[in-house]
Amino acid sequence: MIVSKQKPIDEILAALAGDGKIFLIGCAKCATVCKAGGEEEVWQMQEVLTSAGKEVTGSVVIDEACHMLRSGRDLRAKKEMVEEADALLVLACGAGIQSISAGTPKKTVAGLDTLFLGNIRRFGQFEQKCSLCGECILTETGCICPVTVCPKGLLNGPCGGMDSGHCETDPEKECVWFQIYERLQAQGTVEKLKKTVPQKDFSKMLKPGKLGIGK
Amino acid sequence: MTSTLQSKLASGRFVLTAEVCPPKGSDCADFLEKSRKLSGLVDAINVTDNQGATMRISPLAAAALLVREGIEPIFQITCRDRNRLALQSDLLGAAALGIENVLALTGDHISFGDHCAGKPVFDLDSVQLLQAIKGLGAGQDLAGKSVTGAPAFFVGAAAAPEAEPFPLTFYKLEKKVAAGAQFFQTQAIFDPERLRLFSEAVRPLKVKVIAGILLLKSAGMARFVTNNIPGLKVPAPLIEELEAAADPLAAGVAIAGRLAAACKPYCDGLHFMAMGREDLIPEILKAVGGRWSAVGS
Repeated sequence: MIVSKQKPIDEILAALAGDGKIFLIGCAKCATVCKAGGEEEVWQMQEVLTSAGKEVTGSVVIDEACHMLRSGRDLRAKKEMVEEADALLVLACGAGIQSISAGTPKKTVAGLDTLFLGNIRRFGQFEQKCSLCGECILTETGCICPVTVCPKGLLNGPCGGMDSGHCETDPEKECVWFQIYERLQAQGTVEKLKKTVPQKDFSKMLKPGKLGIGK
Repeated sequence: MTSTLQSKLASGRFVLTAEVCPPKGSDCADFLEKSRKLSGLVDAINVTDNQGATMRISPLAAAALLVREGIEPIFQITCRDRNRLALQSDLLGAAALGIENVLALTGDHISFGDHCAGKPVFDLDSVQLLQAIKGLGAGQDLAGKSVTGAPAFFVGAAAAPEAEPFPLTFYKLEKKVAAGAQFFQTQAIFDPERLRLFSEAVRPLKVKVIAGILLLKSAGMARFVTNNIPGLKVPAPLIEELEAAADPLAAGVAIAGRLAAACKPYCDGLHFMAMGREDLIPEILKAVGGRWSAVGS
């Protein structure tokens, strides 16, 4: 899922300076799980905006704000409230916000910062394991991704800063190449570490990504 | 084209190298003065590349200034700040400027330095950088296009003999040699026995080993490098020795001399990291004994 967190309220209010009437939008998927833009946060934001002297014309929590057609449809269902607003405040990830803004000429304000594609450790704890690099090497690395988990994204083993199996950037953290080494050892395939991995093909993650399935 | 360092090592001569940090600024007078003083003593001078991720003058420019002075540099180049185009471009530039030795490094993470908010590159890792250097030497860039005037560098890589687990780092060392590394310059050694084991382990790889000797200037500095410099861990007894000394700098020189002498049998040369006190290297060398007054002449 996409991990996001709410921007500081001062920043949100500054972005809404001069806008008296606000329509609020949340997302029922990732932003809800992140407690950044679900029903509850939309409600709380409504209170904050009201006490800041703004009028909230209405709100909607879209089931997958990133879904362009669905977000357009949900906004049309609230047409009057949207029309009446000076600005839309969107509590969804960057993808969700842009699905919404693409469907309306209204001023749209981003209420969240979008962080990463995250795994859920437990409720409220997210960790980045994958960087969407377009060329998966997990089979070779014991299914631990050095592209993501190594701060340098090194492909051929640990850097000189590795110390007793820990990362140079954070002594609390295990070096990902140490993790890979231990795992491959346990699987009896540590010989895989002998293979030199050539320069990565970053053209596979050229922006903006686009994929049409089939045809 | 063979670098002097390369021929000396090939002929079995024990070599000395020392690193000098290029200035944070364009005034290289002090850098050159330090380098001139060292040049009579060491066989080559390592020019560090934005060491500790702190922005300084380009090591390519600083190394070229040394060449102009008739001093042999080892151009350190890291993957942190350059993508594959910039790395190859700088390497070709280095060759054109008469630089013959290169030390290919990954580079400390950007979060350690003075531009923490910058975007680290790491387009290549050190093994892939070595492959790029090998490719250029064969007249071909990483895109498979031919280059004119293929540079014949004497190519080195870093090694951390005291890093644990050693078998994990050894896989990478083997890859570095397969990718063209001809010598290793090691991280600071604090336990000569570890260097002995390291040298035994890398002997089949048939590369030269230049052992790193760090001058500890005080207990405070020893603690600082332990906490802030990636891959450096000063053992507690050494810190205590510095702490107890009436003259910590003299104690540091004595420790460095002791370690250098103890490391000498297990390597092909010594690499001094004097952290600004390059003037003390002759003093450290006294402990090593022998014919050091003649070195570099």
